[in-house]
Amino acid sequence: MKKNIIKSSIAIALFATLSISCSDNFVDRDPVYSIDSENYFNSKADYENALIAAYDMLQSSYINVMLGEIASDNTLSGGESATDVIGIQQVDDMAHTPQNSNLKDLWNWMFAGVNRANYILEFKDKTDFDGKNQIIAEARFLRAYYQFELVKWFGGIPMNGDARFKLNDEKTIPRSSTAAVYASIELDLIYAVENLNPVAAQKGRATKGAAQALLGKVYLYQDKFVESASTFESLIASNSYSLVTNYNSIFENAGENNAESVFEVQYTDAEGASFDCLQCSEGNVAVGFNGIRNYAGPLFDSGYSFNVPTQEAYNAFESGDNRRDVAILNIVTWAAANSGVSYGTGYKHTGFFNRKYIARQGDANVGDQNLTNPNNYRSIRYADVLLMAAEANSRSGNNAKGQEYLNKVRDRAFGDTNHRITVSGQALTDFIWNERRVELLGEGHRFFDLVRTGKAVAKITGFAANKNEIFPIPFEEIQFSNGNWQQNPGY
Amino acid sequence: MKSKLLLITFILISSLGYSQMLEISGKVIDAKSNTPIPGVNIEIQGSSQFLTSDIDGNFNSSKIPSGSKLVFSSIGYKKYELKVTKSQKVTIQMEAVSESLEEIVVIGYGSKKKRDVTGSVTVVSSKTIDELKPIKIEQALQGTVAGVAVSAQSGSPGAGLDIRIRGISTNLNNAPLVIVDGYQGDLGIINPNDVESITVLKDAQAAIYGTIGANGVILITTKSGKKNAKTKVTYNSYIGSQETTKKINLLNATDYALLLNESYGNGGQVLPFPIVSGLGKGTDWQNEVFNKAPIISNDFSISGGSDKITYAFSGSDLYQQGIIGAGKSDYKRNTARLSLGADLSDKFKLSANVIYTYIDRDALNERGLGSVLFNAINTPSTLTPRDANGDYTLVPSTTGFGIEIINPLAQIENTYNDYKLKKLNGGVTLDYDVVKHFKVTARAGFNTGNSKGKTFNKQVNYGGKVFDITRSSVNQNAINDNDYTFDAYGVYENTFKENHKLKLTFGQTVFKEFGSGLFATGFDVPNNSWENADISLATGTSTAGVRDVGSYGYDERRLTHFGRFEYDFKGKYLFSAMVARNVSTKFGPDNRVAAFPSFTGGWIVSDENFFNKDSFFNFLKIRASWGLLGNDKIGNNRYVGNLGGEGAYVFDNTLLNGVSVGVIPNPKIKWEADEKLDLGFDAKLLNNKIDVTFDYFKDTRNDLLIGNIPVSGITGVYAPGSGAPTINAGSVVNEGFEFAINYKDKLSDDFKFGIGYNVTTLKNRVTKVDNSTGFIEGGSFGVSQPAPSRMEVGHAIGYFIGYQTDGIFQNQAEIDAHPSQAALGAATSPGDIRYKDLNADGVIDLKDRTDLGNPIADFTMGLNLNFNYKNFDFVAYSYASIGNEMVRNYERTLANVNRSNYVLGRWTGEGTSNNVPRVTTAATNNNVLSDYFVEDASFLRIQNIQLGYTLNKTLSEKFKISKLRLYAGVNNLYTFTKYRGFDPAATDGSPIGGGIDYGFYPTPKTYMMGINVNF
Repeated sequence: MKKNIIKSSIAIALFATLSISCSDNFVDRDPVYSIDSENYFNSKADYENALIAAYDMLQSSYINVMLGEIASDNTLSGGESATDVIGIQQVDDMAHTPQNSNLKDLWNWMFAGVNRANYILEFKDKTDFDGKNQIIAEARFLRAYYQFELVKWFGGIPMNGDARFKLNDEKTIPRSSTAAVYASIELDLIYAVENLNPVAAQKGRATKGAAQALLGKVYLYQDKFVESASTFESLIASNSYSLVTNYNSIFENAGENNAESVFEVQYTDAEGASFDCLQCSEGNVAVGFNGIRNYAGPLFDSGYSFNVPTQEAYNAFESGDNRRDVAILNIVTWAAANSGVSYGTGYKHTGFFNRKYIARQGDANVGDQNLTNPNNYRSIRYADVLLMAAEANSRSGNNAKGQEYLNKVRDRAFGDTNHRITVSGQALTDFIWNERRVELLGEGHRFFDLVRTGKAVAKITGFAANKNEIFPIPFEEIQFSNGNWQQNPGY
Repeated sequence: MKSKLLLITFILISSLGYSQMLEISGKVIDAKSNTPIPGVNIEIQGSSQFLTSDIDGNFNSSKIPSGSKLVFSSIGYKKYELKVTKSQKVTIQMEAVSESLEEIVVIGYGSKKKRDVTGSVTVVSSKTIDELKPIKIEQALQGTVAGVAVSAQSGSPGAGLDIRIRGISTNLNNAPLVIVDGYQGDLGIINPNDVESITVLKDAQAAIYGTIGANGVILITTKSGKKNAKTKVTYNSYIGSQETTKKINLLNATDYALLLNESYGNGGQVLPFPIVSGLGKGTDWQNEVFNKAPIISNDFSISGGSDKITYAFSGSDLYQQGIIGAGKSDYKRNTARLSLGADLSDKFKLSANVIYTYIDRDALNERGLGSVLFNAINTPSTLTPRDANGDYTLVPSTTGFGIEIINPLAQIENTYNDYKLKKLNGGVTLDYDVVKHFKVTARAGFNTGNSKGKTFNKQVNYGGKVFDITRSSVNQNAINDNDYTFDAYGVYENTFKENHKLKLTFGQTVFKEFGSGLFATGFDVPNNSWENADISLATGTSTAGVRDVGSYGYDERRLTHFGRFEYDFKGKYLFSAMVARNVSTKFGPDNRVAAFPSFTGGWIVSDENFFNKDSFFNFLKIRASWGLLGNDKIGNNRYVGNLGGEGAYVFDNTLLNGVSVGVIPNPKIKWEADEKLDLGFDAKLLNNKIDVTFDYFKDTRNDLLIGNIPVSGITGVYAPGSGAPTINAGSVVNEGFEFAINYKDKLSDDFKFGIGYNVTTLKNRVTKVDNSTGFIEGGSFGVSQPAPSRMEVGHAIGYFIGYQTDGIFQNQAEIDAHPSQAALGAATSPGDIRYKDLNADGVIDLKDRTDLGNPIADFTMGLNLNFNYKNFDFVAYSYASIGNEMVRNYERTLANVNRSNYVLGRWTGEGTSNNVPRVTTAATNNNVLSDYFVEDASFLRIQNIQLGYTLNKTLSEKFKISKLRLYAGVNNLYTFTKYRGFDPAATDGSPIGGGIDYGFYPTPKTYMMGINVNF
């Protein structure tokens, strides 16, 4: 008995030692085929690759463009029914609340852009190489672009210098004032103007001209007319851009990245996409959303009939203006003029479609084909630059420049010089504002033009002053911030 | 030392030899029935003699040393001891004990008599599996085990099943741990006929598995040969015919046309069917897509053994076709299995088994918008399947049809895919009796699987629908998954001072899983045909910049050290304590190690002297258990940052792939901690005829690992390929009762029967969601509507959030008197649904949404019957689920789609209906998620009935057949439910977003006939 106990004890002890001997080192292993995000930026190529990803978020700004029109007096929500993408419906009716998934997307995606730019800027000193300034300048341009979108939509936003936001920063980093955000944007763009190449190494990259145009626009949004006018002046004086003769050609596939394009968000039909991740699409999602419902016939492809222009917008064009039938498709006349046209009527059907950005035939139609339209978004056109320059000059008292730039645009629009504007002062400014609407209709600028010029209350049904100038911070974000951020007034 | 022992022994034996010998004779009888018990073993302690009672229960011996003790033992009876002091004639009354109490139950790294088990453990035997004829082994747990819910993800052949033990505790993976013969395995591919028993560990008993046991543990023991058994050959075969259990009542062509006219009229539009007469009934699309489908199963086994060797070999073949699409959705499974056992010496025992599985599965789109049934439900009966040329018709591309509905028959024809899996798994176990009382076991188990998948995307035109494909392509993948489990553990078992029984188990488990996947796409398949659908023949690639290839690899490891201490006093007071210490690659260096303790205790009250044995109770055991367990079923490497983001952009018209941050890491993640409490009793009543088990349980899952938890968007988590971190940020409590009762009796030798019933109540509530908003959303409803399901404090996980309805507006006055519903999107007219202003702020908006129910059943029940009369046997299994809700989401709410016929009772004017809203093509708010779409999906399902006939032995033995049984049965015979969809039991199993019905592929009803032969 005793012997057994001794024997067992020895056996147990031996076994126990053996079994514990397989140490915790067993679980020390590196993740398979994975690079640690905090151990990157070891070569120029690393910076270049991260920069491509920072551009990527521009593609998700399709929602900004759509909502910028729908929120304004240019277009209605449309879609299939009153509950089809309820967030868009509510923005159309100025009935949006902090619980709006589309405004939430906009916030999330633009901040994702800021963070991707800051991923590069956070590590900007890690590795040195030739041509780094160009990369840093592009990253800062992109950060400015995203932050400008955010400040336009939401007012003051949190900022974290060159660092990415980490978890829980929302509870500690306050919303900067609108002025502070603009100041930061200006610094980024001034740096970009100084360091970017005037000519893009590849179509689609930010150039010095793009930075100048965006800087001038940022000044204009702050009513800094003198700075704005001089910034635009140096851009115009560079003679890098010109208006193309045929307005209609701008929005067709062949017109992408043309002489008038100062900055253009690039899309492609190369890769498939799904509703599960709209921001993942490499195509212009807005184009499929704007498309003609159940369309069959020549030239166009069908879509979801969102963002439909109003009769009032259609009527806003003077007679003889070549731009109307480029900007707005009158489906009834189109169906009458072409054989085999059929189409459906969606919610809030007006008979008009946003022709600049509706689906066209001829692309690869990779599935889901409504989400993979390749139409680039002409973010800053030279015509826009001219009109902004005209406005900055007009509002800072330089009527001659104001008239000159305005009339360049009008000459192209009417194909003659008989429609030139010769008035001065506020009358000139009013003409410029009206010109912006018809020149840029469907391009996502209208709502913010109305807001910054104080015309939103008069023009937009349901617009509440001192509230609807900016949009609500998403409900969830206010919750996440745990009291750190206040909701925008009125929401 | 040794010599002294020998001397003592010799002296003792010799002294015995000289002691007085007594004569004892007597009879052993059953204490209750007074019938004699033959074959009782009678051990004369202190001597080498054995006696056995004869056929009449008699025994006698004249060589019983005075003062010795006689121990009577017989299987099924309690031991009886008699001290002999004089020669005498005795009658020994032996008390029957339930055989089931003597059953050996595996409990993980060891086994126990059922009598001594102190945790909540349920065993399903091969007999039940035989009766139920499950196609997949998971089905054998449905309705047979209290506390276990099994739901099919779909009724299609080979579809997965989800097992939930005591509710849904996490928004992660709720699947229990599966251990096959000691190593981690996969339930989904097992041939049910290879299974000897399924043991379900539901409570803290599972704590020896530590971090992976929180969802409960299922232990599978596979069949092996028996020692000293003649070679036994069995052959089982059945064939069956399957059909759908249900068709939804849809409108026929005439009703559809009339309804559409009314709807267009109400919307102020031109009537689409000016002439309705002559439309008749039109096409019944459900008849078109559903077909009868065969199922064929064959399996055989050979087993036996000598006194040192056991062996078993088996093979099986199953083929099941789908009730939709026939060969386009089918499932084939072949298995081969070899099991060997050998006693290498007195001290070494070896056993090994290996299973080869081959699976071939083809499937149709069966979920969501675009499933075959969704199309069959929504395509109007006025359309014919084919046009005059014999081509499939196109569903018109007009607004009223949307762009998602296509001809379901064309869809079936144009679907091509193939999945093949080859898998080998098995294990080797070596037991070594080191010394008396101490045994060591070493065990290695492995799984290795290779699968190949292929999907052909045929170039096809449905006339302007989202499923149009303009360029053919073929996707292929090859996946290799491996894992091994290595256990080494020792067991010390001894009894001290007669009454103190001690068992110590300790050891370690090493687990590693690793594998890789490779996938690629080729474009432009020659002739646009399935025959040519292979990358080797495809001629095209994507546009430059798009990667048509991808791959991944993984290597995950876990190390467990464990110990278990089991002690009982007099076999009455039972106690065990265990602890598992785990280290895992799932967590970062700071939280890599965790320890999980648990305790169980039991008291066999019926062994106490005060317990009146003649009373109602024959056996009563009270149990309690408490423990902490873990869960680590999260994605790999969540603690470290990676560059898995998607950052592609176009320069110079070419797509370039950049590099960006992937899912945001959380270096602080740690195990989910599950606290399990169980209080219960096991009892046997009325001569052991009734068997009762009762449990109260409470599972508190803390530090829930919430993956992709909503966090502030400023961190960039909504970028493509990025994602929110996994954070320990929630708690869920599942609480309930389980009650199971089995009654077995025989009315005569010819007529035996058994009834089993079990019921489980379950209350699930979320007690913490620590992400500021207090909720997490999931699921989808309709098109572009807010997420319908939530995990939120105070509600069941995955509850449905929507509006409460309050009837139908009968007239404009009622609308005017009610808070405005304009915020929902559209104007309101008489005939529209009235929603309740729950927060009483005078408007109906998102804030008025409330809890509309959840997909978790309040009660689940199983009722199982079996009868044997002479050569006939009959079984019936049924299962019920009460209090679960389902969202009706298979209707595409568009003007021209077909409808269920309940719309015939719609509102058409004041007083006509207060339930079903008007039909109109105009914009309404009637389609937002409200209780109008949430249905009670309680059901009672008759899972299986079977009638068998066994040929008389005398007859069958003439053909050298030891048993021949013929049977006929029906699986999934009928489902009693008010639910209007196809299958109230189907759910995709998501914790948040489950229970939303897009037109689930119903589980088929199967008529089967079969044969069992034993040689």
